[in-house]
Amino acid sequence: MVQQYEFKTKGLPYLLVLPQMVIVFVFFFWPSLQGLWQSFFLQDPFGGRLLFVGLDNYTRLFTDPSYGYGESFRISIAFAAAVTLLAMSIALFLATQANKKIRFASFYKTMMIWPYAVATMVAGVLWLFMFNPNVGVIAWFLKHRLGIEWQHLLNTGQAFLLVTLAASWKQISYNFVFFLAGLQSVPNDLIEAAAIDGAGPARRFWKIVFPLLSPTTFYLLVMNLVYGFFETFPIIHQVTAGGPGKSTSILVYKVWRDGVINLDLGGSSAQSVILMVMVMALTVVQFRFIERRVHY
Amino acid sequence: MKKRNLVAIAAVATIASTMFFASCQKKEEAPTGPVTIEFWHAMTGKNGDMVKNLADKFNASQQNYIVNPVYKGSYSDTMNAGIAAFRANAAPAIIQVYEVGTATMMSAKGAIKPVYQLMKEAGQKFDPKIYIPTITSYYSTSKGEMLSLPFNSSTSVMYYNKDAFRKAGLDPEKPPVTWPEFFDVAKKLKASGMEGGFSTNWISWIQLENFSAWHNQPFGTKSNGFDGLDTELEFNTPLTLKHFETIYKLSQDKVFLYGGRENKANPLFSSGQVGMHFESIGGYANFKNTCKFEFGVARLPYYPEVSGAPQNSIIGGASLWVFSGKSKEENKAVASFFSFLSLPETQAYWHQNTGYLPITTAAYELTKSQGFYNTNPGPEVAIKQLLNKAPTKSSMGIRFGNFNIIREIEDQTWEDILAGKVSVKDGLDRMVREGNAKLREFEQLNK
Repeated sequence: MVQQYEFKTKGLPYLLVLPQMVIVFVFFFWPSLQGLWQSFFLQDPFGGRLLFVGLDNYTRLFTDPSYGYGESFRISIAFAAAVTLLAMSIALFLATQANKKIRFASFYKTMMIWPYAVATMVAGVLWLFMFNPNVGVIAWFLKHRLGIEWQHLLNTGQAFLLVTLAASWKQISYNFVFFLAGLQSVPNDLIEAAAIDGAGPARRFWKIVFPLLSPTTFYLLVMNLVYGFFETFPIIHQVTAGGPGKSTSILVYKVWRDGVINLDLGGSSAQSVILMVMVMALTVVQFRFIERRVHY
Repeated sequence: MKKRNLVAIAAVATIASTMFFASCQKKEEAPTGPVTIEFWHAMTGKNGDMVKNLADKFNASQQNYIVNPVYKGSYSDTMNAGIAAFRANAAPAIIQVYEVGTATMMSAKGAIKPVYQLMKEAGQKFDPKIYIPTITSYYSTSKGEMLSLPFNSSTSVMYYNKDAFRKAGLDPEKPPVTWPEFFDVAKKLKASGMEGGFSTNWISWIQLENFSAWHNQPFGTKSNGFDGLDTELEFNTPLTLKHFETIYKLSQDKVFLYGGRENKANPLFSSGQVGMHFESIGGYANFKNTCKFEFGVARLPYYPEVSGAPQNSIIGGASLWVFSGKSKEENKAVASFFSFLSLPETQAYWHQNTGYLPITTAAYELTKSQGFYNTNPGPEVAIKQLLNKAPTKSSMGIRFGNFNIIREIEDQTWEDILAGKVSVKDGLDRMVREGNAKLREFEQLNK
């Protein structure tokens, strides 16, 4: 059983967590507070002038249409939803297939997990090369064999499709591992019993396997949404750079572009504060509702 | 027992504070022997090697100073590294900043030391007249005081595929001179079986900024921003509208092919899909390596009905800025290095090995006398285009705050125009309107 251990001195435990707290403070709290502070100012990048503008940076985000923040919000939600749906459904399908008794099963499994080892940035480059309208292999094939003009540099829909595919491809491996583990923990006798009762494969899956997978599914749902919102920056950066126009400029990309490239520190800080609030909200949702409802 | 805890806490605190201040201590090395200065730059590949060669040559040429070049990533990475370092009191002596960062650097008054002032204080011989005016004007005040030293400068030119010209029955030694001729040739190239007629890089830099300067039309008020922060964009003229409408129409017929922002359209030309292409002269060496056909370099076309056209094109690239707050010795080192960089031999070496333009007329003459242009005619076209006429208020450069965002707005809107989401006229008006809002923000902050 778990043994309770009590420190004899009061100070020692605090001292032991101190290094961790220092790191958390220096790398998380301090920058967050700075971001919050900076979001109320217009600032010369060199720190020479600081002009207090109150909530101007925030109101500008939501009232100035040329800023494109509302649009960026909408795009991010659509993008995260599309990536989550695509990555999870394909991963679930592949996991159920790999879970069957087939030859070379472990080989397939290894191959399926492999893309996860590819850095997100590299994944972006790979997809970009294949679909580059000027020199890409797939773009050429689409145009000359299927008669589809591939021009994601100007076609908004194609650009969105491309970044969604690239981001999902990367995430399928992750989902696959979890789904496969989930499937393997579904007791075989339940499925056999249902089979004897005359339930077909589809019915067995939806009535028994899928409900039993729900903890995994919920967990992945949150993880995929987080991935879609916050971790797909390299894909956007590599593949479309937010274009055409602003049509794939998701929130995390915009915050970087406005702050680092365009040196609009106030506006960028205001955006990062909003992102911070969103992450907090997602975390609360995860712990409050999902962790409580779902049993691992 | 309490005492022991205190000791432990003190130990941890010491370690932590050592970590914090380790970075600050780097600066305070005792001055033994030559003065070392850091030079942060953004040059990669061959150009990066050339920066190192220049520093090595300088270091070998004298004993008092050592220049240490440090690669800091892309232009924006380098600028950001410089800003962060300045705010942490650890700025390098010299930093390379791209042309769009010029107004930002200029307005950082306490942070930079103007070059003309530095040279005077260091007692270096410094004659601003030896430099090519179109290049130095970009980085000088309207009074002609040089603020930063031009380092790698380029300008935009037209590249054309001579083999494709022959195939289409056109004279490969007679590239089109005016825009109407140009569009005709583009259609003929397409008709001869090419994927498209022409493409362009840098829609903002080439087709708006250089386009305006080349026609001696103002890009913005107040001498393109040189005379005040209350400048406004004004390039949405009937001339620009006509130009963009023509390109838009040709894009519908696939005579104009869009290849992406910045320099992403290059593969369209080097893979032979289009016969004519606009790109910086800085891309000359790259095309020499990647094009499997004979190509030529020509001046930018112009509209003949515009009086005074062609004027002169403007530059792109980067210049070297000096951070303030350095010791006298360090400033002297920088001044000495800048004098070395301005020598005709240094400039000729840099020009011939990188494809960037020489910044002094002497370096141009030297290169010419060495016969370099006999085998490399391209770069001379660019220089002649810059020297075509003495720069005017509309052609000495662009001086805008938030310039990067303004270019981004132009890029995004151009894509919306090509995708048919907005008409050419509304698009140009939008560029000007949204760009002006960014100019006002900059003015508000830097008043």
